[in-house]
Amino acid sequence: MTYIEKKSYYKRVFAIGVLLLLIVIIVATNFGVANISLKQTTLIIMSKIPIVNNFFSLGGIKYTSVIILLNLRLPRILLACLVGSALSVVGASYQGIFKNPMADPFILGVSSGAALGATITMVFLKEVQFFGISMVACGAFIGAIITTFIVYNIARVGTKVPVVTLLLAGVASNYLLSSIISLMMTFNRDNIEEIVMWTMGSFSTAGWSDVILLSIITVPSILFISTFSRDLNIMLLGEESARSLGIDVNGLKKYIFVISTLMVAAVVSVSGIIGFVGLIVPHAIRMIFGSDNRVVIPLSALGGAIFLIICDTLSRVILPPSEIPVGIITSIFGVPFFIYLLYKTKKKAI
Amino acid sequence: MIEINNVCFSYDQEVLKDININIERGKFYTILGPNGSGKTTLLRILSKSLNINNGEIFIDEKDLSQIKSKVLAKEMSVVLQSTEIEFDFSVQDIVLMGRTPHIPRFSSESEKDMEIAKNAMKMTNTWELRNKSINTLSGGERQRAVVARAIAQETGIILLDEPISHLDIHQQIKIMNQLKQLNKSKNITIIAVLHDLNIAAAYGDHMILMHDCGVYKDGIPEEVLTEDIIRAVYGLEVYITKNPKTGKTFVMPF
Repeated sequence: MTYIEKKSYYKRVFAIGVLLLLIVIIVATNFGVANISLKQTTLIIMSKIPIVNNFFSLGGIKYTSVIILLNLRLPRILLACLVGSALSVVGASYQGIFKNPMADPFILGVSSGAALGATITMVFLKEVQFFGISMVACGAFIGAIITTFIVYNIARVGTKVPVVTLLLAGVASNYLLSSIISLMMTFNRDNIEEIVMWTMGSFSTAGWSDVILLSIITVPSILFISTFSRDLNIMLLGEESARSLGIDVNGLKKYIFVISTLMVAAVVSVSGIIGFVGLIVPHAIRMIFGSDNRVVIPLSALGGAIFLIICDTLSRVILPPSEIPVGIITSIFGVPFFIYLLYKTKKKAI
Repeated sequence: MIEINNVCFSYDQEVLKDININIERGKFYTILGPNGSGKTTLLRILSKSLNINNGEIFIDEKDLSQIKSKVLAKEMSVVLQSTEIEFDFSVQDIVLMGRTPHIPRFSSESEKDMEIAKNAMKMTNTWELRNKSINTLSGGERQRAVVARAIAQETGIILLDEPISHLDIHQQIKIMNQLKQLNKSKNITIIAVLHDLNIAAAYGDHMILMHDCGVYKDGIPEEVLTEDIIRAVYGLEVYITKNPKTGKTFVMPF
């Protein structure tokens, strides 16, 4: 069976995914220290959706509940949703471009590069305001794009990017970048808490402005990348074959790199480094639905959102009232998965 | 139809120098020569994977360097030595990828594309394998799937880089027969890099023998495969005879 023969099936799966995401959002909003019932949660969310809100009234719900829900929990969950989608789609498209199943923005060091860029701007350009937080986002973008470029060129052998060199280049630059970040922390004790946030990943400071900034960048980027998903399939045949099938290989690589890096930078500037999402989600989708990127990319966007909302909710509820950084949760899931993939690749090589 | 005029190419050292070849539509060409003589480079220059340093190539009087890759992909398909793919795709998916240059960006494969891919798979006996993962196939099956992809691309020219070099003799003959059939029934120009002189003589209309970065001899098999030429190019003593069953030139080293 091929993509177009199963198109209606994939559409159904996508619709079910959207429904699942909505349910996860509502259920996750319900978790937290303040006790707000599921019914109240649903009512408050529904009352804010245009048209639908005519059918719901907020009678009998405490004002503080509404505030906690709308200004604390909901932006945080939506941010986790966007970050999860963006990281998964970036992971899937890196895996296509590098023809390498282990590629992930965290493993390649791109996230660390973005974090370093963000740290530098925070420390040195703290006074410079350019549309509020976007200066940090610019720093993150520059850091991310330089890292992508360096890692790609270290790992590259001709036009191929072998698994081993890619992982080594990623690990090496991850170490270097994290030590520079640690060094900056020791010299700038005033900013230490902010910097720690970048390195562990957290949504605890999420606000509506982050949600808006991130959705402006990620939503069009994800749509853009998904229009290239057929080309990404063909890239897997190898660059020469792809070119002979009429794909503008260099152009495609450039677009995908720039857009992906932009997304990683935006994500890191609002949530810090959250690892392994881009690895786990696209792989899980491939295991269930096959490797066609026309399926993998949209479903990764949904799956990544669901996965990260669940991880973030866990990070909030495991040890109340304190929080575990969400990056730690994704790593606990991610590392065993990563080892499993490495093991599988190893077996194939023998 | 394809004109190659004074073409030179070098990486760090010279790989091709002063190549002049004229390729006519509907013929079966074989490119032969010792390892390192520039056969594959010549093919990669024709497919525009490499850009030439000097000279000109024209396809139907259009300058190759000016043809957009999407347009070229409708005229010429390329079968490379097959490599593993890291992700699982079915044979049918792989063959359908041959339709890429004919499908606009925002649409997916149509019924017609499916039909064309199906015919290509039937022609190469890969239809039964359509739902198998490309990575589980044997070398011969995978090569046939890749040839099917090239057929589905519906081009007038098919370039092949050593399409049979890792296959057993049965698979070799099967693939060569399919290529010959394509060449005869659809008037498709075939240009194949081969190692086996006798297979090249049995299937090709025209031979291009490469030696030391240049074309040593270019002509029908009887003209190219002579004792003197093979001694000069391969440094080998051979006896030339005719295959008693087919009457084609046959080279026997001794």
